[in-house]
Amino acid sequence: MSPDKRTAVELADALAAGETTSVEITRAHLDRIAAVDGDIHAFLHVDAEGALRDAAASDARRVAGESRGVLDGVPIAVKDVMATRGLPTTCGSRILEGWIPPYDATVVAHLRRAGLPILGKTNMDEFAMGSSTEHSAYGPTHNPWDLDRIPGGSGGGSAAAVAAYEAPLAIGTDTGGSIRQPGAVTGTVGVKPTYGGVSRYGLVALANSLDQPGPVTRTVVDAALLHEVIGGHDPLDSTSIDQPVPALVEAARRGADGDLTGVRIGVVRELGGEGYQGGVLTRFEESVELMTKAGAEVVEVSCPHFVHALATYYLILPAEASSNLARFDAMRYGLRVTPDGDPSAEDVMRATREAGFGDEVKRRIMLGTYALSSGYYDAYYGQAQKVRTLVSRDFDAAFQDADVLVSPTAPTTAFKIGEKVDDPLAMYLNDLATIPANLSGVPGISVPSGLADEDGLPAGVQILAPAMADDRVYRVGAALETLLVREWGGRLLDQAPALPAVGDAETPEGVR
Amino acid sequence: MTATLLSYDDVLAQFDPALGLEVHVELNTATKMFCGCPTVFGAEPNTQTCPTCLGLPGSMPVVNAKAVESAIRIGLALNCQIAEWCRFARKNYFYPDMPKNFQTSQYDEPIAFDGYTEVEVDGELYRVGIERAHMEEDTGKSTHIGTTGRIHGADYSLVDYNRAGIPLIEIVTKPVLGTGAKAPEVARAYVAQLRELLLGLGVSDVRMEQGSLRCDVNLSLAPKGADRLGIRTETKNVNSLRSVERATRYEMQRHAAVLAEGGKVLQETRHWHEDTGITTSGREKSDAEDYRYFPEPDLVPVAPSRDWVEQLRAELPEPPHEKRARLQAEWGFSDLEMRDTAGAGALGLVAETIAAGASPQTARKWWLGELARRANESEIDLGSLGVAPADVARVQSLVDEGTLNDKLARQVFDGLLDGEGTPDEIVAARGLAIVSDEGALSAAVDHAIAAHPDVADKIRDGKVAAAGALIGAVMKEMRGQADANRVRELILEKLG
Repeated sequence: MSPDKRTAVELADALAAGETTSVEITRAHLDRIAAVDGDIHAFLHVDAEGALRDAAASDARRVAGESRGVLDGVPIAVKDVMATRGLPTTCGSRILEGWIPPYDATVVAHLRRAGLPILGKTNMDEFAMGSSTEHSAYGPTHNPWDLDRIPGGSGGGSAAAVAAYEAPLAIGTDTGGSIRQPGAVTGTVGVKPTYGGVSRYGLVALANSLDQPGPVTRTVVDAALLHEVIGGHDPLDSTSIDQPVPALVEAARRGADGDLTGVRIGVVRELGGEGYQGGVLTRFEESVELMTKAGAEVVEVSCPHFVHALATYYLILPAEASSNLARFDAMRYGLRVTPDGDPSAEDVMRATREAGFGDEVKRRIMLGTYALSSGYYDAYYGQAQKVRTLVSRDFDAAFQDADVLVSPTAPTTAFKIGEKVDDPLAMYLNDLATIPANLSGVPGISVPSGLADEDGLPAGVQILAPAMADDRVYRVGAALETLLVREWGGRLLDQAPALPAVGDAETPEGVR
Repeated sequence: MTATLLSYDDVLAQFDPALGLEVHVELNTATKMFCGCPTVFGAEPNTQTCPTCLGLPGSMPVVNAKAVESAIRIGLALNCQIAEWCRFARKNYFYPDMPKNFQTSQYDEPIAFDGYTEVEVDGELYRVGIERAHMEEDTGKSTHIGTTGRIHGADYSLVDYNRAGIPLIEIVTKPVLGTGAKAPEVARAYVAQLRELLLGLGVSDVRMEQGSLRCDVNLSLAPKGADRLGIRTETKNVNSLRSVERATRYEMQRHAAVLAEGGKVLQETRHWHEDTGITTSGREKSDAEDYRYFPEPDLVPVAPSRDWVEQLRAELPEPPHEKRARLQAEWGFSDLEMRDTAGAGALGLVAETIAAGASPQTARKWWLGELARRANESEIDLGSLGVAPADVARVQSLVDEGTLNDKLARQVFDGLLDGEGTPDEIVAARGLAIVSDEGALSAAVDHAIAAHPDVADKIRDGKVAAAGALIGAVMKEMRGQADANRVRELILEKLG
């Protein structure tokens, strides 16, 4: 059976025109999951029953003329780091195996309110720590372009699900690139909104000052539609911005005419060159050239402190994470390992954390604990916060000269599963270009830029804009997408190899 | 543990004490510090919880604006600076009653800092500097089930998270020096005054027995004339005014004994035992725990506008010592009377009784006499006795009218304590009013004279003082419901 390759906009149009029903669409995607997810492993949990129930309710609303908006009835996959009432939420960790949240994340509540059936929860690096989804305690996700390769991370599940047509839309979270880098290596679109633009309430925090949920889609305008559903002020998240979300769909539709006249595009000198794969750079340069031809004014900008961004990130993130993850102590929920003998509460905590956390999580807890220790705080965490300010100043200066900044999203295309799993530093380098945006809170999008010549695998272009100017990344992103699709004569994903159907015809259910 | 203590006089001969008090106050906000859960005391365990105060994955805190307001008002009442910008921090440590295994607190940026208050002991004023007052959340409450009642030796432990997230203000003094022998009394007077101040602000129930005001006493001794402080201990669980005084005195004597023998005081946490009146060693603090404080990234800074702070300052109630001076002048109380009234926690009750029409002296007489005695018997606060100031004023007005005498008035208080209604209803129901029927009185006097001819003769011989015996007999017959003065007049008339 051929997959439903329609975009969210196309599905919404078909629903609005009465050509199909949400139940039909949802069932088709569940069937696709059943057929290919045995190979992809994008999902940790599929909620066929709940999705179909929500789809039927959406159809009933539509018949009654009470549809809740454009995306009512369009199904979606949600990264397993978002709390979902009644649905398992593991964050890719053994320590949360079996935990069913009693509440919905605000993003999830927005999805339910807007009528999007939730297909299931997607795979991720444990607690979002990683760039390959290999650190999931439940096994890696495979890249639909090449099943031997990683789909990026930490949100490899969401990106792979969208790339493999298992879901038209997905929710990701981006702490250092976990939406954008998977988007780049799977040929999909991913947006990290302005920090505070989308509520973090119910997002199981990796690093609170960096985390941001956002859309994972196949087109820029789909991302804008989804962003408008999940964005906006949330009184439950003190760091959420109390301002209206800019008109994102409008910006994307305007950009889709491919005209960039008068737009100043800044190429960041520090995000390219050494350490970047040749084919990735070639595709990036072509994209810049296309944008120039479309009327954009291209300038080179320098952000000298970006070279310290990775080191800064790997102090701030582990520090916050080490504290966030302290709550996993077997006292109230999740895994509990009780050692033999007459163990104390502390013994149970120790044994549970030993068994429940993977190596990468333990590594970062140790790094963070050290960075926050008395006597080291100023040298590490304190210093990192200062560099963070310098990175933000670099952005401020660059945005004086350019409306948006561009760079390759990730330095390489998808690498082989297992290739870097034992080399944390090599793994960390994947986020070189995406991290600065998280450090300063600015929004960014990754759009597919084509296939690298060396390996025929997707690469991405990242477009960054000033805080609260998310509309700019949609306008420029949509324009670039239009220009590239014209060049290719179709979407990049159309060039992806067909996936063999391996699953049985029945709808999958439950944790795999 | 130290076996022998130094006598208090010996302590003072050799050492100067430095006091430091840390008081945790539970605010009486309707909801918790970082979520909307109710804060009612004594609810079924774990019924006042939500994802945030249980620290469930993904949950986030939101600052309770009312708690910030209370913190600022406390700071202002303690003459503190109010921060223009301050943050919360995470205090990281593992404990089963800590839902997140970090406490959201304030660290180096308290909301209020650098203040003072003045307390009076035996007519002398002592200035207590306030280092800081900061906001934090309470932890859950562990109950260890087993023979020991403590975590060691418990069969199992239960945790109630209703208390987790209740707003706390921690008020820390600067080292209080120069109190000498009065250190224990100053400690007590400070906590008592703080309690009164918090009550006046209406920000806390300040019930020490329920734990809504908890006190840790820091104490160190330095050899007389030394220019640096000695090593301190922090005594926890000092949860009554009396204990504050006793624990301070005990630690002074214990430290002195250690130091006098050439020993070194261990910097540690100690636990106060109300029953035995001693402290015992808790955990050592020498290898100070590393709480890995860092700014709470889930909360934005608290930045109270100056206009708001000034408005709160303008609306503060009168400071306790000014109020006390004003009332003393208005009431015409002596210093001793005023101190006793304040010491009994009866200032407010007396004021309300006066406002309801009683004279200052009668109001004081009832509250510090009859009613204080009954409160002591029941081991409760005067305020919890269940007698309203207006009732006391009414009883006194009945006495003034001649309807009651003091003895009958006491019976009206019996009725009030038993919940028999208003003073007037009790007088009616119990038939307590003084008998003013001259015929009945006259008859009772005749009976008494007839029954005690010898006494009557003495009075006839001019020994008027003997009349007391006859008055007693008449009052007995009248079941106390007679005006003793009128009885005396009648006796003297008849035997004159």
